[in-house]
Amino acid sequence: MTTRKIQSTCAVLLLVAAIYSCDSLIPEAPAESDLLDGPTEGLSTSEQSRFLKGDIAFNDEVFTPESGLGPVFVANSCGSCHAGDGKGHPFTTLTRFGQTQPNTAPDITIGGPQLQNRAIPGFEPETIPDGVPSMDFTPPAVTGLGFLEALTDQQILDNADPNDSDRDGISGVPNYINAPSYFIPKPSHQPVGGQYIGRFGKKAAAVDLLHQTVGAYNQDMGVTSTFNPIDPHTGLSTDPEVSDQTIRDVVFYLQTLKAPIQRDADDPEVIRGKEVFMSISCSSCHVPSFTTPQSDIDALSNKTIFPYSDLLLHDMGSGLDDGATEGSAETFEWRTPPLWGLGLAPESQGREFFLMHDGRAKSIQEAIELHGGEAQQSRDDFVALSDADKQALLKFLRSL
Amino acid sequence: MKKLIITLFIGLLSQQLIAQVDQSLLKDDRSDSLENAMNMDALSNRVYATSSSPVSIGGYLEADYKYIGEDGLTDGHSFRIPRVTLFITSSISSRIKFMSEFEFEEGGEEIAIEFAAMDVNFHPLLNLRGGVVVNPIGAFNQNHDGPKWEFVDRPIAMTQMLPATWSNVGFGLYGKMYKQDWAVGYEAYLTNGFDNSITTNTENRTFLPASKDNKERFEESSNGEPLFTGKIAVRNQNIGELGLSYMGGIYNTHEDDGLTLDEPRRLDVFAVDFNTELPFSDTYIVGEWAWVFVNVPNTFTQQYGEKQSGGFLDIVQPVIDKRMFGFDDAVFNVALRLESVDWNVGTFNETDGNIGDEIWAVVPGISFRPTYQTVFRLNYRYQEQTDILGNPPAKTSGIEIGFATYF
Repeated sequence: MTTRKIQSTCAVLLLVAAIYSCDSLIPEAPAESDLLDGPTEGLSTSEQSRFLKGDIAFNDEVFTPESGLGPVFVANSCGSCHAGDGKGHPFTTLTRFGQTQPNTAPDITIGGPQLQNRAIPGFEPETIPDGVPSMDFTPPAVTGLGFLEALTDQQILDNADPNDSDRDGISGVPNYINAPSYFIPKPSHQPVGGQYIGRFGKKAAAVDLLHQTVGAYNQDMGVTSTFNPIDPHTGLSTDPEVSDQTIRDVVFYLQTLKAPIQRDADDPEVIRGKEVFMSISCSSCHVPSFTTPQSDIDALSNKTIFPYSDLLLHDMGSGLDDGATEGSAETFEWRTPPLWGLGLAPESQGREFFLMHDGRAKSIQEAIELHGGEAQQSRDDFVALSDADKQALLKFLRSL
Repeated sequence: MKKLIITLFIGLLSQQLIAQVDQSLLKDDRSDSLENAMNMDALSNRVYATSSSPVSIGGYLEADYKYIGEDGLTDGHSFRIPRVTLFITSSISSRIKFMSEFEFEEGGEEIAIEFAAMDVNFHPLLNLRGGVVVNPIGAFNQNHDGPKWEFVDRPIAMTQMLPATWSNVGFGLYGKMYKQDWAVGYEAYLTNGFDNSITTNTENRTFLPASKDNKERFEESSNGEPLFTGKIAVRNQNIGELGLSYMGGIYNTHEDDGLTLDEPRRLDVFAVDFNTELPFSDTYIVGEWAWVFVNVPNTFTQQYGEKQSGGFLDIVQPVIDKRMFGFDDAVFNVALRLESVDWNVGTFNETDGNIGDEIWAVVPGISFRPTYQTVFRLNYRYQEQTDILGNPPAKTSGIEIGFATYF
């Protein structure tokens, strides 16, 4: 064999080896339980296609002044606030103001109801008038929301105890809100006086994911739609800047994002931590599980989920009273945030924890210790725990 | 690489020697001696398939195959023709020359005039260039021909931070002077510039290449303010070449129809580039680093950063230089590229924590040059990219195989 043939053969073999070894050159995928994003199991191919469209609109579509951003806004894409579909960072904290009493309309003559603290070039952002109370919201994780939306109002009301009739110090009330005109109630909704139970948002002020999504486009990005054509800068109607289809794709994406998967559930310390969690009555508000009813989306139907939330409002004490509110909530009442995905929060918050409604807690322990009001006893019980039990509880929470 | 450039130049001259037409039209007495060729000569020292008339035609083709994945997900096998480029040059007189470069990217999806200029030579130190000029920011922007590089991908910092290939309508001066082993060159141009899109774009970051989508920049300035680009470079035959360059001006449309829309906002870019060939090993080293400063309204989102920095370093080591596969002057190289970009240098107003939006990559590779005009390349790429919040990085890796050839 000539030198030339040997060289050619070696070159071809090198190329073939390189191509056939392709898969071994690709970085390993993280464990499914280490990721918040991704579709829930059981979606049909057509549903996966809709999921993909929503994924692109949610995570990839960036609004510019030319495509409708602002002119005043907070963020320019959904993904800016919900990196990896997880909890947000103070960089995109929302500020709301204008309502200081429950069951009153926000005073929009002073601006709001949400502060648009940024503006496109050439425009000035909104400011809050001096002395007006406001509340900051760190963007929440958006995973598993479809399962929460699928729950019936009755399932939420089953945990409500507005008069604390069992005298455990925990009440829990729904936030009854005025649903937007485009809201289409389902048989499972139970209105009271024309108002519906809100279940999304820090104050549970959004009745469903369409309401939440339309509000986010409008108030977070200054993007109008046929659902809400009012420009938050001028207060006047404008042409829609995002299509109905895109909004519905995003809603479907949010509905079908998987629920966070617990990690290390069999770890003895995690098991012990869960026992401690139950024993100090964290679970009175952070209700561990629900089973969904039949849903329009089969993959969400009849599933047992573990959100660790009752979706109800609770008095959290004066330390967490910002003086502003939404719907029928008192200023000191907050919706129990789901704890699922809590351990993955640093993966989306820049490798740090920013917990509680406004991100003021830099660790899970600090967040627990900021609990007051109805949660004061559980908070005190946590502080009194042995170090071993405290660490077990924290490990359990990080496993969620 | 120095050898390559020399060989390319010899090839060009040898073709001109056999011209059948008025030789005076083909003679380019502004061309440098081989030893004195600098980065700024990249556009005029190209290879042409034919130069047997006053009009020379050439170009290059790049094609590649990729299998790249990110965090366990891959789009599979992908074949591309990232660009086909056509050069046309005409010697109008002994001191007037027309040069052009037309690029067909992504299979013709984008067709661009990257370079179309007339050069008038008054003196080696004083040449006038006008038309669509390639702004001399850094080195890669002017010296971007695919067959010159051992890597399938262009440097990220030079194409995704700086906007290579960045060219614009304008004019300016350039020149060179020599003394013994030293050569010093300068370039200075006024051109149309950038526009609002560098800070309001769908890349969701300050992104100078966004202005390349504005085809109107070949018709009119976005704001009536010229963009200045200047470069000074010095070369020593025994040490290498060092270039310092600057590009800056007002980028935004701050007035229109007599109305004030915004305050004038500046863009300033500084770059340093270096290349050398180590005499004891023939190792070729080329690198470039740039800093971008953009006046972004402080009431706008910090998603669009005010400062950027990034660059690359290529190390190319010829390991076999002999007859291979039937090619007399074949060269087999091993190569390594290191590159990084920080698209948003700074800290968050809200937390004082570091803003992410960074990428770094290491790209080892091998290349085979059967002739000076053609290169076959096999690269392995590993890169990590963080989002603006600095969350755990997306890891990307895979192989890239391709070729590039002048024609």
